[in-house]
Amino acid sequence: MSVRVALHSPTGSRSFLERGLLLLVMLIFLEGTVLTLGAASSPDISAQDNTGGGHDRRDDHRGIAGSHEHTNYTYTKKAFPVLSLDYHHIQVPFEISLWVLLASLMKLGFHLIPRLSSIVPESCLLIVVGLLVGGLIKLAGEEVPPVLDSNLFFLCLLPPIILDAGYFLPIRPFMENIGTILMFAVVGTLWNAFFVGGLLYAVCQIEGTYLSQVELLPCLLFGSIISAVDPVAVLAVFEEIHINELLHILVFGESLLNDAVTVVLYHLFEEYSGAGEVTPMDVVLGVICFLIVSLGGIAVGAIYGILAAFTSRFTSHTRVIEPLFVFVYSYMAYLSAEMFHLSGIMALIACGAVMRPYVEANISHKSHTTVKYFLKMWSSVSETLIFIFLGVATVAGPHAWNWTFVSVTVILCLVSRVIGVVGLTFIINKFRIVKLTTKDQFIVAYGGLRGAIAFSLGYLLDKDLFPMRTMFLTAIITEIFFTVFVQGMTIKPLVDLLAVKKKQEAKRSINEEIHTQFLDHLLTGIEDICGHYGHHHWKDKLNRFNKKYIKKCLIAGERYKEPQLIAFYHKMEFKQAIELVESGGGVKLPSAMPSQVSMQNIQPKKLPPAVAERALPQFTKGREEEIRKILRSNLQKTRQRLRSYNRHTLVADPFEDGWNDFLLKKQRMIELEKKMTEMSNYLTVPAAPPDSPTMCRARLASGDDFKAEKAGAKVIPDPNAFYNIKASSEGVPTIQVDLASPQSPDSVNMLNEFSKRGATDQGLGQREGATRDEDQGLMMKPSSAGKVEKGEEDGGNKNPGLMRCLSDPGPSNEDEEDEPFLP
Amino acid sequence: MLVDSNLNIILVNSNLGLWQKAVNISHDNVVVTNIFSCHVFFCSRQDLASISALDNNPLRAQIINAFFDKRNLRQNEAGTVQVIGFEEFLMVMSHFRPAAMHITEEEREKLRREKLRFVFNMHDTDSDGTITLEEYRRAVEELLSKAGTIGQETAKAIADAAMLEVASTTRGKMEPDEFYEGITFENFLQILKTFDIETRMHIRFLNMDTATMRCGK
Repeated sequence: MSVRVALHSPTGSRSFLERGLLLLVMLIFLEGTVLTLGAASSPDISAQDNTGGGHDRRDDHRGIAGSHEHTNYTYTKKAFPVLSLDYHHIQVPFEISLWVLLASLMKLGFHLIPRLSSIVPESCLLIVVGLLVGGLIKLAGEEVPPVLDSNLFFLCLLPPIILDAGYFLPIRPFMENIGTILMFAVVGTLWNAFFVGGLLYAVCQIEGTYLSQVELLPCLLFGSIISAVDPVAVLAVFEEIHINELLHILVFGESLLNDAVTVVLYHLFEEYSGAGEVTPMDVVLGVICFLIVSLGGIAVGAIYGILAAFTSRFTSHTRVIEPLFVFVYSYMAYLSAEMFHLSGIMALIACGAVMRPYVEANISHKSHTTVKYFLKMWSSVSETLIFIFLGVATVAGPHAWNWTFVSVTVILCLVSRVIGVVGLTFIINKFRIVKLTTKDQFIVAYGGLRGAIAFSLGYLLDKDLFPMRTMFLTAIITEIFFTVFVQGMTIKPLVDLLAVKKKQEAKRSINEEIHTQFLDHLLTGIEDICGHYGHHHWKDKLNRFNKKYIKKCLIAGERYKEPQLIAFYHKMEFKQAIELVESGGGVKLPSAMPSQVSMQNIQPKKLPPAVAERALPQFTKGREEEIRKILRSNLQKTRQRLRSYNRHTLVADPFEDGWNDFLLKKQRMIELEKKMTEMSNYLTVPAAPPDSPTMCRARLASGDDFKAEKAGAKVIPDPNAFYNIKASSEGVPTIQVDLASPQSPDSVNMLNEFSKRGATDQGLGQREGATRDEDQGLMMKPSSAGKVEKGEEDGGNKNPGLMRCLSDPGPSNEDEEDEPFLP
Repeated sequence: MLVDSNLNIILVNSNLGLWQKAVNISHDNVVVTNIFSCHVFFCSRQDLASISALDNNPLRAQIINAFFDKRNLRQNEAGTVQVIGFEEFLMVMSHFRPAAMHITEEEREKLRREKLRFVFNMHDTDSDGTITLEEYRRAVEELLSKAGTIGQETAKAIADAAMLEVASTTRGKMEPDEFYEGITFENFLQILKTFDIETRMHIRFLNMDTATMRCGK
């Protein structure tokens, strides 16, 4: 009820008004439906009966009177209707859009009201909105549409949410806790179903409750419907309370995996309620059925997942439809599983989880973003609609309120959940390394929210077979409302009160990623030494198999070779580069990145202090090069946007580029270079004079390199050549970081330092020999001077300062890039 | 490896043949009791290197080194030994104990330090108490050594990025003329603060009963 108060509060009034207006508009349309149906279009309908469906719709549209339609020769001349209203024609899609619009606007509205969304979970508000809408429809004297009917729910609203959950399932924590999750999902749900069902039956037998006609099997059926934790409700609430990863995955994983149990129990009891008796044989069949439903669902999902991954291997030429494969294959997996009454939810989860690593490696970055946004968008709209529909359905449905039944249901659900969680945790903790504390148990028990799946399952029940269906539905709705409102609203304060560990928002650091990988290999190694075939051993085997065969088949190109760490690193670099560009082109450094310290601070001791003294560049050459690359690619994109819009391709064909393109590109390059010069001025100090030997010293850590350079005539003393981007042979953007810092022209004790360096290098010579290969990436190119000139011509930039700037990669890199920037 | 309920470890490893011992791991250190097998267990680098299962492990050399590193054998000196006995072997293995059930914060921190020290020692090849950029690069290179050429090319960049991250998180803003000499153990603890190693670095031996382990002292 606090919701209503909040809605009427002055801050909420504006939004409430908007909402009211919207409802009004909607109601007018609903009225309109009936009016048009009743008055104008009734002859049309009669006409439709005796003519073919195809073209009478068109005629309808033209406004020709339907009754004369089949007798074309007696065409009665009427004034041509300039404007006609045919709402019926567009009714269904229009109303669907209206609902979606309503849902989206509601979601929008809640976040406009300050503080409301922090007190009341969105799911509660949405249900209230649903109740209001349902009430208004009823007030208007309309039949409330059966919005949450099972087909709509299971075939349209549920899959996006589950796919979103499955595709973005955090695999690692999920697999690490799979035992606990399965325990809660299978044993816990079974326990809940039988406990609630059995005790309810016992209560029903008590005299004076007027429930003696309720038999055992319907009770158990009801128990199995009501006992399953609902993923939609859990997601909606847990997303808001930011609980730690372990608890989140426990409750959420349970809600996903208990689907198989629910499906089997539901079908079993539904079947036996007709038959009336259960034999031990049926129990065995039930167990087998459970295995088939769950494993079959996973198998169907995995097959479609692999198909999707395989398809995505070949999409490199039609990037636009890439995201579609992800959606269509998963939806087909869901439908195929449902077709055999397998667990559709498990199929979707398996499909999403299986396809993701391969699909992500295959599809383009943009497609990946598209997939991500579409999934998020669909799932959030579905979720909103589900909660609104729950409210509407509550108003709509026939209710049979029985105090005993409803209150006993609510109490039993709570009790059985608590007993189940505590009992199971006691067993599970014997096997777990990270034990579940009492607080954890409380949150797991309290987070067991029920939701729309239970309602839809109840709605599916046959009225004739189950005369108490309405009473069941009422009880289910009450239980849903109880869990969503009471538990959902109090869980957040309770989490704060109990000081349950929250989710750490910090992004994963590269060090952690390195050590995650390191630890995996270390533990595998130790297990191997002990001759103990434990988790790590098998995981390693699986990983190796995956890499050797599956990835090769499913991932196009060379990317399958890329280990996780490198993929992580590339992602991180990419993110940082984007942050850098977004934060103003690098003049202001975002604090999130480790740019406070530059490479010169961490490189080995050979760096003389005199050099570092005046060097100011706060970020590394590698990063600058990245910015440059991104700026360049943006330039490309701008150009592409200018080109005529093509519906079928996202990336324009590079061969289309004519001479004009080059001119334009060149012009832009000049502008860009100017900007870069300005930017560089912030970043660097003027370089040493060309003849200064200092730059040699700035050569990388390797003494061998240094000596080689000194000895050989390879070195051209040009500060521009401090670094060089090594062309990556594999198409992987390797970023070579220059460890050198700009030189101060006035460092005096240069030669001393050289000899010092030589001495230290001797000691380290052996080690550095090993790293020599990689250092070649930083070797100077002999022809760099010539290229500088060429670049100057090409860029049309006569500013010599630019060429001096150490931060400028110089045009010498340009010819190594595959993009045709220079003619 | 088999562990019975009293935490008597009976090692069976066909690769090395001789391992049959029973010991009792107490909570804090490894005490060898109850030796009922009269085989004298000695293990050299060659023995460990001959384990074929290790061949595919990118960290093979590092892992083998760890067993012969005096720092891991509770000797407070640097250097390596040539041959380890069974006690030493178990001492190294004891770094992979899981955390006990009701562990105080203090104990947890101690366990954490112990485990991280083991990892740190693996990186710190010259035992000088810091992981230098060179050492870190080599560690990452080794980690990626099975990844072919891509690995070798990227390893250096990754190590550099990681080192930058360490420097920036531990030092904050650095003046250009300052020099970050390497990751000390304290820094190492700091950067891996959110990395719950005490729950991750363990091996689930058969029949391992952590409750008994706690009481074993």
